[in-house]
Parts: sequence; C-alpha cells; structure tokens
Amino acid sequence: MAKTDIPPSVDEHPAVDAVPRISARLFLRRHALTTGTVVIAILMWTIFVTAAPDVFLSSSIYNAFATTTPLWGMMALALTFVVITREMDLSFVSVMALGMVGFTRVFDWTGNVFLAILACLIVGLACGCFNGFLVAILGIPSLVITLGTMFFFRGIEMVLLDGSGVALTGDEFTGLRNALNGQTAGIPNEMVWMVVIGVVLWLVLNRTRFGAHLFVVGDNADSARMMGVRVARVKIAAFGTLGVVAAFSGLVASMQSSYLWPTLGEGSLLLPIAAVFLGGTSVFGGIGTVFGSFLGALMVGSIQAGVISAGMDGFYTQLFFGMVIIISLVLQTLISRRMRH
Amino acid sequence: MDETAPVVMELHNVSKTFGEVQALRDVNFHVRQGEIVGLLGDNGSGKSTMVKMMMGYHQPDPGGEVRFDDEPVRGWSVAKARSLGIETVYQERALADLQSVWRNMFMGREPVNRFGLLDTRRMRREAAALMKGHMGFTSGAVHPDNVVQTMSGGEKQGVAITRALHFHARLVLLDEPTMGLSLSETQKTLDFVRSIKEAGHSAVLIDHNINHVYPVVDRLVVLDRGSIAGEFSPSEITLDELTDRLRTVARTGQMEE
Ligand SMILES: Nc1ncnc2c1ncn2[C@@H]1O[C@H](COP(=O)(O)OP(=O)(O)O)[C@@H](O)[C@H]1O
Ligand SMILES: [Mg+2]
Repeated sequence: MAKTDIPPSVDEHPAVDAVPRISARLFLRRHALTTGTVVIAILMWTIFVTAAPDVFLSSSIYNAFATTTPLWGMMALALTFVVITREMDLSFVSVMALGMVGFTRVFDWTGNVFLAILACLIVGLACGCFNGFLVAILGIPSLVITLGTMFFFRGIEMVLLDGSGVALTGDEFTGLRNALNGQTAGIPNEMVWMVVIGVVLWLVLNRTRFGAHLFVVGDNADSARMMGVRVARVKIAAFGTLGVVAAFSGLVASMQSSYLWPTLGEGSLLLPIAAVFLGGTSVFGGIGTVFGSFLGALMVGSIQAGVISAGMDGFYTQLFFGMVIIISLVLQTLISRRMRH
Repeated sequence: MDETAPVVMELHNVSKTFGEVQALRDVNFHVRQGEIVGLLGDNGSGKSTMVKMMMGYHQPDPGGEVRFDDEPVRGWSVAKARSLGIETVYQERALADLQSVWRNMFMGREPVNRFGLLDTRRMRREAAALMKGHMGFTSGAVHPDNVVQTMSGGEKQGVAITRALHFHARLVLLDEPTMGLSLSETQKTLDFVRSIKEAGHSAVLIDHNINHVYPVVDRLVVLDRGSIAGEFSPSEITLDELTDRLRTVARTGQMEE
C-alpha cells in the first residue's frame, strides 16, 4: 500500500470549535448520488416483485443471485479504486484465470492448498502492478494498455494450460470449497465474501491515507504531486488491489464449478464496469464509493437473475440493462449538475 | 536582518532546463532563519520554478545543489520537504476541486490514529476551526465538508494559504498568494507573512505588486530571465528607486545602467 513519510503532525492546540452540524437537506444533497442509486435499486426491485410476485418473493432466486453475482461483483468493488484514480482496467477478467494457473501449478508442485492460494493472489497482485507500472510509470493510457494486457494475460494462461481445463475435484479442496462456496447462516459464502471485501475496501478508501490519496490523484494529479502524494505509487496500488481481488474471484468461481475453465472470466468484463458506473463513480475520477458499486452490482445481478427467473427470454436482459444504465446515468448527471449550483 | 542567523534553505549553482527552455541559469539563493525574502521578476523569469525546486517538485540540472540546514539534500521530494517543515502556497493553488475543504487542507499530510486509520474527526474539526480563525469565514454556508469547487476564487486561495500556515512550517514559500484577493484579504495575507517572521520562521514571498513586497521583506532578490539580476535590502533603497531599477532590469537585464 502506498505510503508517504510525511509525519502527520499538525496544530498542537486542539480546536475547541466543533464542526458545524449539517442539516438533513444538506446531507441528502451531499449524498445525492448514493441516495439516487438506492432509490433506483428499490424501484427496480418493486417492479420485479409486482411483475412476478411468486418468483421474487421466494428465496430460491435470491440464493441463485447470491452465488453468481459475487463472482464478478467483487471485482466491481475493487475496480472502483482504479476508476476513482481516473483510470480503467479491462484485463481483470484474464487475471481471474491467470491467477488460477498459479494456483494449480503450485498445488501440483507442493500439494499444499494454502501455498496454492497464496500463489494465486500473488499472481493477481503481480498482474495488477504490471498494469499499474505501464500506466503510471510509462504513462500509457490505461484503456489502451489494459486491452493489451487482457489479451496478453489470457494468452499466457492459454499457453500454460495448453488450452485445456483442470479438474479441481480432489478431497484436498473440500475445506477451501466449504469456505468459499458453502453457506453461513443460510447465506451463500460467495455473498459473504463479497460483503467482507466490500467492508475492507470501504475502510481502505475512507479511513486510510492511501484511500484519501486515491481521491486526490483522480481529482487532480498535479495538485496531488505538488502536495507530496506519490501519484504513481497510488495508481500502481489501485491496480494491484484489483489484481488481487480478480485472482480471488477466479478462485471462488473455479471452486464453485470444481473446474478451471481456460475461458474463465470471459464475458464478465462489462458487468463490473456497468456496476461501478451505476454506483455513481465518476469516469472523470475523484468521485466514487464502494457502497455505490456494491449496489450497482446488486442491480446488474438482479436484472440478470430477474429476467430469467421471470420466464422472459434472455435477450430481454440486454434491453433491461440498457434501460437501467441509461436512466441511471441521466439521473446522475442531472443530480451532479444540480449539486454544482 | 541578522547576517549571522543560520541559512535554512540554499540553492547553489542551480540551473533548470525544460526541453528547449532554460528556466533557471546558475542561480545562487539562500534564506536565513527568521528572514523574509521577496522574489521579484517578470512573468516567465523563473520564480515559480525556483519555488518548485526548493520544494523538491523539480530536480536541478546536474551541477546544481539544493541545501537544507547546511546539508545537501538527497532524494529531495515534496514529501520529504514537507516532512522537514517546508510548506508552499503554489501559484496553481494545488487544490483538488471535487474534494472537501478538509481533504484539501490535509492533502498529502493526513493525520492518522494509532491504528493507522485516518483521523477524520480531527481533520474536520481543525478545518472548521481554521476556516473560522485564519480565514475568517463566518457564514454558516461554509462547512469543512463543502467541496472546493463551490467556493469563490478568494475562498479557494484562503484554503491554500491556511493550509500552508497551519502546519507551523519553518519555511513557507508563497508564490503570488495575493493574486485575485480583495484589499482586506490581501492585508490579512501580508499579516500572515509577518507572523511567520514573528514565530522565528522564514518565508519567500513572490508578488507582482512591489507595494505588497517592499514593506514586508528583509531582503529583495530580483530574477531576470532565469538569472539573479540583483539583490538589496529595503533599508538601502526607497520604493521609488526600486521601481526605477526594476524598469531598468526589464529593459536591459541589469540592475544599473
Ligand atoms: N514544467 C515546465 N515545462 C516546460 N517549461 C516550463 C515548465 N515550468 C516552467 N516552464 C518555463 O520556464 C520559464 C519560467 O517559468 P516560471 O518559473 O513559471 O516563471 P514565473 O513564475 O517567474 O512567471 C517559462 O518560460 C516557462 O514557460
Ligand atoms: Mg510563476
């Protein structure tokens, strides 16, 4: 994690004045984007319940939803960091699979599940930091270069796997599978992990110096640099965080299917990106919340689950996606514009 | 000014080249403890580059040296400069427009508690107190949670100035701090600069208005096209003579004809 070594010593005499209270109206204004996302999410759910009450009032759909959405939703949470710094990453879907190559290789060599997990996460971290290096040190636009690394990481994985999958059915994996894909208090562990990662990332974003630097780097990198923030390091750490979470998602997904598909992650690129923007994180950097991305992921996931469960044709999914994304972004723009005046 | 006071910051034979442009040429410059140095010069003469050089934002071309507390600095960076007690009001202001006042106030220097977590309560509380005290914002509309973008030009400047002053830096660099300020805000800013000296600390003040600089500083340094053209103390020269000489510098590049 990026650190600056400026000791945070400030005024010795404690301020007696308390921070002025803010009115409820101001509070709502300040959190208008999050409020808007919550409202849209609730509205959408209400529509689903009204349209197909027997589907949306039974628990089975929520179960299915809670096991599939986190597989890409966790990455949406970490992608928030990257987008806040005003960058983008397209390669995380390939990192999911490449991390698992690290897992299976190290497991074959050592027979140790713990080491295999570690290898998986380290591969993810390395991929993320490599992206960060290309973007922050060499200054290559992230949208372009991560398109390159998306193919590159996928290519390495395909070559190493020789294009064929790996079965993960051994008894050694039982404990891991229970931890990742079991249930806790009736809730699928996939969702539990997504919540845990969300809480951790929220804490990092809002309560650490690294988190504070993510915002200022995305807002105005020159200002951040002039104030002593190590801009390149912050960006590399953001990409690195996403790499680790992507590798972990790959592990969860592979353990769920007891099989490492060489195509793991393909097709789930756009869902996390949609979730991040639905959650109110700005493509211009400097603004974003982990909670918003969490809600965004729930919305995207529920459309997916909802359309199919309601017995509609799958192609309605895209129609709904499109509508929800367009409506949300129009609302967000209107809200932000009002906040500025 | 006490000529025996220790030198805090020194530029020794410093040059800086940006591609084709030589912004600084063999500059020798120093600031003593408790001294306020005024830096005068036309637009593009290299004043801001000098400030950023002292602050570790730019590195000097080979051969030049930045010295702090009589030691050549190694691995000089903004973070290091700030940790040693140098703060700057940049000409560009260096604010993050979409962030709150308190996040701007503590940018790059956020206090943490013993668990390494941000002390957001303290930051908001201190930002509120500073806004009332230093900046004299009394209107209830100005809250430490307000984003900088919504503030007026003068208020933004106030944030940048307050930020540089409340860390009790040993050396404060002010690059055109009064630009765009009202008469009373300008007066307050110049009072701040005087208070730096009263606290025994040092400052470098850049301002296009000689009437602002002249009464405040102990020494004046004139920069012309990247080189030091001359230096003198206000006690040896009247304001009128100074104005004359600056005109001469602008025309000929020399202090005297
Ligand atoms: N980062 C930079 N890249 C290229 N040229 C620069 C840069 N910073 C300053 N310069 C050039 O250096 C010269 C001095 O600029 P500056 O220090 O800003 O002058 P001043 O502050 O006295 O107006 C100018 O010609 C300016 O264009
Ligand atoms: Mg300047």
